[in-house]
Amino acid sequence: MLLRHTPKEIKERSALVINPAKTCQPVGAMYAALGIHACMPHSHGSQGCCSYHRSALTRHYKEPAMATTSSFTEGSSVFGGQANLIQAIDNIFTIYEPDIIAVHTTCLSETIGDDITQIGRKAKDDGKVPEGKYVIHCNTPSYVGSHVTGFANMCKGMVDYFSEKTGEKKNVFNIIPGFVEPSDMEEIKRLVSAMGIEFIMFPDTSGVLNGPLTGHFSMYPEGGVTIEQLKATGDSTGTLALGDTASSLAAKTLDTKFKVPCEILDLPIGLSATDAFIDTLRKVAGVPVPDSITYERGQMVDLISDMHQYFYGKKVALFGDPDQLVSLTRFLLDLDMKPVHIVTGTPGKKFEKTIQDLTADLPYTVNVKESGDMFLLHQWIKNEPVDLLIGNTYGKYIARDEDIPFLRHGFPILDRVGHSYFPTVGYKGGIRLLEKILDLLLDRIDRDAKEESFELVL
Amino acid sequence: MESTAENITYSKESIEELKQDILKKYPTKVARKRAKQIIINKIDEGDAVPEIGANTRTVPGILTQRGCTYAGCKGVILGPTRDLVNIVHGPIGCSFYAWLTRRNQTRPVDDNDENFMTYCFSTDMQDSDIVFGGEGKLRQAVQEAYDLFHPKAISIFATCPVGLIGDDIHQVAREMKEKLGINVFAFSCEGYKGVSQSAGHHIANNGIFKHVVGEDDTVKEGEYKINLLGEYNIGGDGFEIDRILEECGIQVVSTFSGNSTYGQFANCHTADLNTVMCHRSINYVAEMMETKFGIPWIKINFIGAKSTAKSLRKIADYFGEQKLKDRVEEVIAREMPEVEKVMMDVRSRCEGKTAMMFVGGSRAHHYQELFNEMGMKTLSAGYEFAHRDDYEGRKVLPTIKIDADSRNIEELEVEQDPARYKPRKTDEQMKALADQGYTFKDYKGMMPEMEANSLVIDDISHYETERLIEFYEPDIVCAGIKEKFVVQKSGVPMKQLHSYDSGGPYAGFRGAVNFYKEIDRMVNSKVKTYLKAPWQKNPELSGHYVWE
Ligand code: SF4
Ligand code: SF4
Repeated sequence: MLLRHTPKEIKERSALVINPAKTCQPVGAMYAALGIHACMPHSHGSQGCCSYHRSALTRHYKEPAMATTSSFTEGSSVFGGQANLIQAIDNIFTIYEPDIIAVHTTCLSETIGDDITQIGRKAKDDGKVPEGKYVIHCNTPSYVGSHVTGFANMCKGMVDYFSEKTGEKKNVFNIIPGFVEPSDMEEIKRLVSAMGIEFIMFPDTSGVLNGPLTGHFSMYPEGGVTIEQLKATGDSTGTLALGDTASSLAAKTLDTKFKVPCEILDLPIGLSATDAFIDTLRKVAGVPVPDSITYERGQMVDLISDMHQYFYGKKVALFGDPDQLVSLTRFLLDLDMKPVHIVTGTPGKKFEKTIQDLTADLPYTVNVKESGDMFLLHQWIKNEPVDLLIGNTYGKYIARDEDIPFLRHGFPILDRVGHSYFPTVGYKGGIRLLEKILDLLLDRIDRDAKEESFELVL
Repeated sequence: MESTAENITYSKESIEELKQDILKKYPTKVARKRAKQIIINKIDEGDAVPEIGANTRTVPGILTQRGCTYAGCKGVILGPTRDLVNIVHGPIGCSFYAWLTRRNQTRPVDDNDENFMTYCFSTDMQDSDIVFGGEGKLRQAVQEAYDLFHPKAISIFATCPVGLIGDDIHQVAREMKEKLGINVFAFSCEGYKGVSQSAGHHIANNGIFKHVVGEDDTVKEGEYKINLLGEYNIGGDGFEIDRILEECGIQVVSTFSGNSTYGQFANCHTADLNTVMCHRSINYVAEMMETKFGIPWIKINFIGAKSTAKSLRKIADYFGEQKLKDRVEEVIAREMPEVEKVMMDVRSRCEGKTAMMFVGGSRAHHYQELFNEMGMKTLSAGYEFAHRDDYEGRKVLPTIKIDADSRNIEELEVEQDPARYKPRKTDEQMKALADQGYTFKDYKGMMPEMEANSLVIDDISHYETERLIEFYEPDIVCAGIKEKFVVQKSGVPMKQLHSYDSGGPYAGFRGAVNFYKEIDRMVNSKVKTYLKAPWQKNPELSGHYVWE
């Protein structure tokens, strides 16, 4: 047994987190910043954080994840990191020539209390920021929130530094896609385009973290939202924020600062959340839904209908980020599956409330926990076993010990590919999820079937 | 630049030109610093080589390979010890990223044996802990870990914010040790403590030496007992080395720290010889053990079949018994035919191909052996976090300047242990060995073993890597995960030499075979031929396609 020390009996813990279901803010900020075209994410702290975050992103995407660091030493941690950051800005613009440096802080610089706005201004005054280039930032103390919070904060940083209002409203919609895969961002763009809606999506990591192999390394690939687009977000008709935890902060900032109204939606994963997304797009933009999208929806419903017997009543445990979990839970309920244990490491009472509301009328209890960890989830599973586990790669240890079919979803996925290329959002993405879940459940039936009941046709 | 497949040589001038051209890109101050870390190799009498800048700070804003002190301490040294509960005191990230990402394998003896390596423990500090201090939470966390698992020992690791807010983790450790009656010890390994992981290795090893080594005096059975220092069992390297040693009849008392247990550390002073694999991360432990317990140390290397044979012979010579020497020869004779068969086979496809290696603190040196065996040449190499002695050899130790950053790392004052000190060999025996040319505590370093005019680069940056790839057009590059896909995007295969890309073992005889096959697969990959689509190769449409 790989997790041989996990007991069935659950004891209250108030201080020790075991097997976290979250990581820290900066990695989310770094990921978001990579979704700006020609941007170098910069980690203001010791070089270890940056190294870890780059490694995590690299392992998840199997792509270069470029980001620089202020390389603090003891001295900078005592006297503050201003000198390091200014030198870093100078070096980055000189050597790596990005258009933007997107600074995020770390525990260390936050604890010291470095004022990045002021340091950025000083760098500019000292002539370290070339004409037409930008240094933006957000604060990402890891002792608050999680990697999703960091993503949200960097999205807000984009609004804080770039969004402008010219006074001329444009029939354009801002879309904040949430902490999802590049493939998901691509799919969201496809759907919105198919509806004939003009939009600006930020951040946009498609074309950055799922690029081709051409024999040429490019520090700043084609993809990413551009500075012009970011500036224009203040003139848009409205903002659709997908995923409350990851996207509402920037959307609300656009609303407060520039009176760009926003709708906050669940991530369009699964039937009902995708329905809500498409229907909202239709209403806010005043456009009809094209037949092609209705057709895709119909295919998904067809698949649910055809295979319902295999989904029905199956118990599921899931862990990950709040926005994903809310939509996945809705999806599982759409399928008449039973989400019985749900854990996120990301703090926020709202999450528990949302899940409780979604599952209030069910004839069984649903365990849900924010600021939870995978150790607790495992204990829940030992007390009430499940038929399927959904979560990031770390779930494979529980899955193996308890012999549960395991669907990888979320961040990070370190041991499989596909997430960069195939979305799980939208109807097409939903069909892919259904296929993956079915493969797992049916393989299990085949594996466990007695010889006489080993079936050709399922 | 004259270059042929069999005999690739570069003139000093062309390399110097490359170096100057790279430096041109940097702001003046940076260029001045990097110039000291980019060295054109030259070997003079007595293996004297030019001085290289190493173990100095990374310039802020430079894309570096390096990680932090914590990563070296918790991630590298203590991570592979399976029966320790390692609690990381800090916000969640540091602990999360060091969770199972290093591929150091462990093999519990049975289902009841303790193994906490699959677990990640953290105090997950929150806002209020930063403001009001986190000692209370840490104390409680240790208690909770104890109540749940009743481990033999608990260790505590500080991450960056901890030192700043003034939490006294050592005091908490002492208190909890007293209260729980098990060993609890702490490491002040905040990320900013040193210039790289290397500082963390040192802090970790000092801690183990102070708190664990010498705790258990049980003398285990065995005629030829050694410790293997600086072997982390990545991809099962340590298992292969153990297999070979066992076949030779040599007992490994303790490995620092691949596949290790608390008990092995506690007992390691009962061994009769320390063999040092990764000089960088652990040579000081060997020194301290010699002073305190009287155990001599030698440098060995199990990367490469020939070095493996050489290392085995060196161990046998130390013990000096014919019986052991014979057995070692038997093992070598049994293992080598298979190695040679594969070696000859891959040579037919790999001979004359070239490599560059920028990694770690010993592997950039050790792996040159394996490439040599395949007939491949290492054009340029460097370490990520090594010190001058790893490049230039231990002879330069007295001339290394101690700067503010190194002063940060505690140097333990070690004396002879009144009860446990026991010289393993008499002065005459040591002298007799020395007269036969046997060398103790010696490491020649990487540079004397590389060709003149090869480029040696410390703490290489992304920009330099890119320029080197352009210049050398190597057949393979070896580095770490952050560099992996950067290099591969430019069409050059890249082998990770920290994690082995899920491969391994590469140590010992079977490891050598694995490595030959893996590199053969990579440098002869067809992918290069797929990079251009047919319409990119022939973009001109010569006429309309005519359907018949
Ligand atoms: S916070 Fe400090 S200890 Fe943690 S990863 Fe970053 S540099 Fe290392
Ligand atoms: S938790 Fe803080 S110190 Fe640790 S890796 Fe994340 S940002 Fe760095």
